[in-house]
Amino acid sequence: MTPHSQTDLAQMIADAKGPLRIIGGGTRAIGRVIGETLDMSAMSGITLYEPGALTLVAKAGTSVAGIEETLAAQNQRLAFEPMDHRTLLGTEGTPTIGGVAAANVSGPRRIAVGAARDFMLGVRFVDGAGNIIKNGGRVMKNVTGYDLVKLMTGAYGTLGVLTEVSLKVLPAVETTLSLTLNGLDDAMAIKAMSAALSSPYEVTGVAHDPSTATTHFRFEGFAASVAYRAAELTKKLSAFGTAAEAQTDWTAIRDVHAFANNQGDVWRISVKPSDAAALTAKLGATAVQYDWGGGLIWALTPEGHDLRTAMGGTAGHATLIRGKGCGPTFHPEPAPIAAITAGLRAKFDPRNILNTGIMS
Amino acid sequence: MEMPVPSALVISRKQQLVSRLREVLPHDAVISHISETRAYECDGLTAYRCPPLCAVLPANTAEVAAVLKICHEMNVPVVPRGSGTSLAGGALPTADCVILGVAKMNGVIETNYDDRYIRVQTGRTNLSVTGAVETNGFFYAPDPSSQLACAIAGNIAMNSGGAHCLKYGVTTNNLMGVTMVMMDGTVVEIGGAHLDAGGLDLLGVICGSEGQLGVVTEATLCILHKPEGARPVLMGYDNSEVAGQVVTDIIKAGVLPVAIEFMDRPCIEATEKFAQAGYPMCEALLIVEVEGSDAEIDAQLALIMDIARKHNPVELREAKSADEAARIWLGRKSAFGAMGQINDYMCLDGTIPVSELPFVLKRIGEMSKEFGLDVGNVFHAGDGNMHPLILFDANKEGDLELCEAMGAEILKLCVEVGGCLTGEHGVGIEKRDLMHVQFAPADLEAQMAVKDVFDPKWLLNPAKVFPLDASARRRVA
Ligand SMILES: Cc1cc2nc3c(=O)[nH]c(=O)nc-3n(C[C@H](O)[C@H](O)[C@H](O)COP(=O)(O)OP(=O)(O)OC[C@H]3O[C@@H](n4cnc5c(N)ncnc54)[C@H](O)[C@@H]3O)c2cc1C
Repeated sequence: MTPHSQTDLAQMIADAKGPLRIIGGGTRAIGRVIGETLDMSAMSGITLYEPGALTLVAKAGTSVAGIEETLAAQNQRLAFEPMDHRTLLGTEGTPTIGGVAAANVSGPRRIAVGAARDFMLGVRFVDGAGNIIKNGGRVMKNVTGYDLVKLMTGAYGTLGVLTEVSLKVLPAVETTLSLTLNGLDDAMAIKAMSAALSSPYEVTGVAHDPSTATTHFRFEGFAASVAYRAAELTKKLSAFGTAAEAQTDWTAIRDVHAFANNQGDVWRISVKPSDAAALTAKLGATAVQYDWGGGLIWALTPEGHDLRTAMGGTAGHATLIRGKGCGPTFHPEPAPIAAITAGLRAKFDPRNILNTGIMS
Repeated sequence: MEMPVPSALVISRKQQLVSRLREVLPHDAVISHISETRAYECDGLTAYRCPPLCAVLPANTAEVAAVLKICHEMNVPVVPRGSGTSLAGGALPTADCVILGVAKMNGVIETNYDDRYIRVQTGRTNLSVTGAVETNGFFYAPDPSSQLACAIAGNIAMNSGGAHCLKYGVTTNNLMGVTMVMMDGTVVEIGGAHLDAGGLDLLGVICGSEGQLGVVTEATLCILHKPEGARPVLMGYDNSEVAGQVVTDIIKAGVLPVAIEFMDRPCIEATEKFAQAGYPMCEALLIVEVEGSDAEIDAQLALIMDIARKHNPVELREAKSADEAARIWLGRKSAFGAMGQINDYMCLDGTIPVSELPFVLKRIGEMSKEFGLDVGNVFHAGDGNMHPLILFDANKEGDLELCEAMGAEILKLCVEVGGCLTGEHGVGIEKRDLMHVQFAPADLEAQMAVKDVFDPKWLLNPAKVFPLDASARRRVA
């Protein structure tokens, strides 16, 4: 099914006889989803862009690349730096903004400026009963009623099919500069990244690759400011070694290229940075990568393991991004939270037909 | 303002309720005498008052859970309360409710500088969160003007913003986790010191839910290292359209100031009398602040001053010292107080697309003449969050109603031009009946469905946010 308008979509959902598998570009296929394909790519196009107000509104099927191009022409960008999953997952297709919103997809800059959910100003969607609903709007500050924008962001389509999103955008930057430290073990690297993040020098990316023992720091902004902050941070980090300027490939970090051609399952783990090194030591992973100053761990594991067992009581959660794993795709929730989640699903998708099973 | 008829049954069982509450709380934590419940009869929207049936001041999450369990069993509505500074009547009691105040719960539970968070009890005031970490060079970014008094509890419930949110975002962007007690007494942990939700973003919908989904007792908040420095400039213009253009030009130029604040002539005049900040008398005044090291500030301000000059300012003043910076902010910070000195006022809070600023200001000026009430405008221009202050005389028959009618017209205008009813103060009772202007019935149904899940009996702050007719069926059930 390929709806061309919101009313089309509402009708299709109301008439649906069974589960629907919602796809934007189909590049972020995670979880086990069943049902007839509901292809959102025909609902596309930027409906409003006001550079002076830092806002952009686009239909859900609009390609991320198209949006980025439009923004770049005005020297602006999507600051949360959405990851492109194609390399890691071996998928094809065109990533859409609806998919970014549904999966709350962010990149390395998340640690400095916030996640996709923090830039979402408004949504339009059709719920599982075929009701057309809007929430939020196109202005940057809005507390009118409940924030269903956040609830829909990261809900993987299970509460409704997004048809349009409005986003806060930010100015692009004049200069980007990267520094690296070499030879740190995981625990020390995380200490160094924390030191950078708790400095006033505004790093906009902090990642560590244990396979080469390289720790990366990114600075962005006006040239003079970038140079100053990089120099000051170098001084602050001197106890960890001499930071040197480098040509870090932040796209490769964002998209976890390192695991693309390796066999095995890929997990995405969200933890408190200071827990990260101790946690990875007990995961039994083949390889790991740290982003977000250690707050995000990418782990490559032999097929068919459930990392959650190894995580034990560590606060945080793990999601299976690629492979078969074992057990649910998403981290099991404590009973009272699971009850709220189930209650919300029952309200928004009473027939349980939207991306059924994707978030379990 | 219409409020639901209080339940006679609940009121008739007051004694029983009070004695059950005293079984789970210390004696002085249950306030039931009218001489004392009066202290809770209103919040910052003082035009509306109603003493609650009783008030409780629990000291921890377990006590909150015990209170809610009793109220749930006895079908008693509960209105959570932080510091009572809401400007929307969010904490306004009903005669049949228990006010659950978290003011006693003001401790710091944990600070972690490596992972950059602080965990506090939610009765703690906004400013004292920063107070707890500033000796280490950190701060908590959201800074509502009421920050000396308002509590994190209310900030989370209202998703409060502040002058610096252009750069740092509002409460929801700085909140990592909460401990929350559901109406039936169940305690849930949502989020925590890690980033991003594991499943649905429940934290995102709890923030801004105006005390209707649960009572938030503890919160994990992001803390940031303070910038090396900050410096404001003050600009005066002959006309607000030009000032609006300056704002757009600055944003388009790729600098991101931490704050862009706007004041119009009536506000400037009032604050000058009150605070003598040395503001120029003009139609539109902007305060633009940037942050960083001295060199960075110089570079950013050079760009901003260039833009400002191109539009022929009547005044352009860069703070040369901490003292001058404080003076530039002085007037802005005392604007509400100053307006309060000359009159009673109602503070609106609609947000509009920045591009509509000149048009909306012009229309507000016209409405001011039509209704015969003065209006001052002071607001966060960078994000379009307006604060028209409508002046009225509370002692004059019909003036409040006139003021409310004009307020409603202004808010409708905000929605018409693509904005919303409230940018940071919340809906409460104040904008409740205007929700139909912004939302279609299906939009409101979807929001109310969320409340159905968290609070099936609709006992938590039930008469707020949703138009009474829209929520009627649910509230009586
Ligand atoms: C002079 C002045 C200036 C202001 N400036 C700003 C500003 O710049 N920006 C801004 O955003 N706001 C501003 N406000 C509005 C107000 O201060 C904020 O809304 C604030 O967050 C309210 O906090 P509070 O603790 O006083 O909450 P209260 O007024 O006590 O309650 C507000 C809401 O929160 C709910 N609530 C309270 N505690 C809990 C809890 N534990 N769990 C769940 N729900 C709870 C209440 O039921 C109510 O709905 C201003 C107010 C004044 C008087």
